[in-house]
Amino acid sequence: MRAGEPALPRWAWLPAAGGAVLVLLPLAALVAEVPWRDFAGLVTSDSARVALGLSLRTAVASTVLCVLLGTPMALVLARSSFRGLPLLRAAVLLPLVLPPVVAGIALLATFGRRGLLGHVLEVAGVQVAFSTLAVVLAQTFVALPFLVTSLEGALRTAGRRYETVAASLGASPTRVLLRVTLPLVLPGLFSGAVLAFARALGEFGATITFAGSLQGVTRTLPLEIYLQREVDPDAAVALSVLLMAVAVVVIVVARRDRSGL
Amino acid sequence: MSLRRLAAATVVALLGSGLAACSDPSVPAVDDSHPKRLTVYAASSLKPAFDQLGSTFEDAHPGTLVDFNYAGSSDLVAQIEQGAPADVFASADTKNMEKLGAAAVDPADFATNTLEIAVPPDNPAHVTRLDDLARPGVQLVTCAPQVPCGAAAALVEAGAKLDWKPVSEEQSVADVLGKVESGEADAGLVYVTDVKAAGDKVEGIEIPAAVNATNTYPIASLEGAKDADLAAAWVAYVTGPAGQRVLREYGFGRA
Repeated sequence: MRAGEPALPRWAWLPAAGGAVLVLLPLAALVAEVPWRDFAGLVTSDSARVALGLSLRTAVASTVLCVLLGTPMALVLARSSFRGLPLLRAAVLLPLVLPPVVAGIALLATFGRRGLLGHVLEVAGVQVAFSTLAVVLAQTFVALPFLVTSLEGALRTAGRRYETVAASLGASPTRVLLRVTLPLVLPGLFSGAVLAFARALGEFGATITFAGSLQGVTRTLPLEIYLQREVDPDAAVALSVLLMAVAVVVIVVARRDRSGL
Repeated sequence: MSLRRLAAATVVALLGSGLAACSDPSVPAVDDSHPKRLTVYAASSLKPAFDQLGSTFEDAHPGTLVDFNYAGSSDLVAQIEQGAPADVFASADTKNMEKLGAAAVDPADFATNTLEIAVPPDNPAHVTRLDDLARPGVQLVTCAPQVPCGAAAALVEAGAKLDWKPVSEEQSVADVLGKVESGEADAGLVYVTDVKAAGDKVEGIEIPAAVNATNTYPIASLEGAKDADLAAAWVAYVTGPAGQRVLREYGFGRA
């Protein structure tokens, strides 16, 4: 530490260590449970590979949707003011506290065959229930708040100074947005997208309630883990560690790319 | 902003821990007026019947309180193996009871259950018999073959020489029933007792006995029971005439 740089009070280390133990100990216990001798066989079984592939594809699709829909949402929340904005912000964050099963029920009530939009979708020839599209919708629903909050935070931290200058020099609102605002908050957008991806990857409750569970179509890795637990707890543990490893790799790689920006 | 976020995170954490505490069956409620407590772990399908038996048992044994933990049989076995404070275990199949080995004291079969087709009340796909489940365009939901209700469904499929393509293979009967009740599925394979418990939310269509699969439910008091006599009394009550009468009412067969 450089001289003169304010130090963290020493007592802060104690609760920090306690928090780290709370998070890391169960993860370590899980890794200790892994039957390493059979690990390769367990995580490369047909059903595991199909589930992992489906999980990656759907989580990427959901992250793209989150970026496309969440970025404008964060901009509206951070840069505009109108009556009801605090209420809107609270509503957007609701999926964070909603039990995922409830999210699944809500999605069924909206996109299900007898849901709010069920008739419209049927006329349009779209069947959402039991399809991979349903998985993506469920993941997007639960992951969106992660992107919106981190991007909104980044937008507020970045402030409006540069935007004001650009506008005063005659740049149109769209030009300001694309050339000034978004480049400034790109790291925030990126970490938000990583969070959203990680949340989508781990999504379980809304998926099983809304999309069902069928190999190759809707049975993502978390659903496969839950099912394997019924017959082969070893396989469930091995797949959980695989899911953790994927999440860790994504987060680490993303952090490195981000610092290189 | 960061303070506000901290506050939000704290609220979320508190909510989470509060919910966990409420739903955690291992947290005992202190109640001095009930000195005797019996904890029964039972398969989910037994809930309506056991809830009723629980209150009549409490009436017959003043000062006794019966607590239930209902879940999938394999979940319950996992909890018992990890030292959960269960006095009695009632399983939806013999396989899960056998997993407990000597920890289960003299298991006795006390009920049977068979499968039935459940359809939404308006029966949108016009399902009238077992063969219809294999008809293209019928959105069929079953349990996954890895869980008991799915294994039973596979037996029926093989027995009837059918080849159906479910749109979803669910984790539990409750999930299958949910998909039928909400009208997402045209038909689902569930237990007779589930159709009965669902009332008019689903319509039941019988499966011919010749091809139907039967699950046998065993019950046993457990080695580590807090009060072995009380646990044995519950097992005797369920296997006795009063228990059997109630189980029949809820659609269970005689073991």
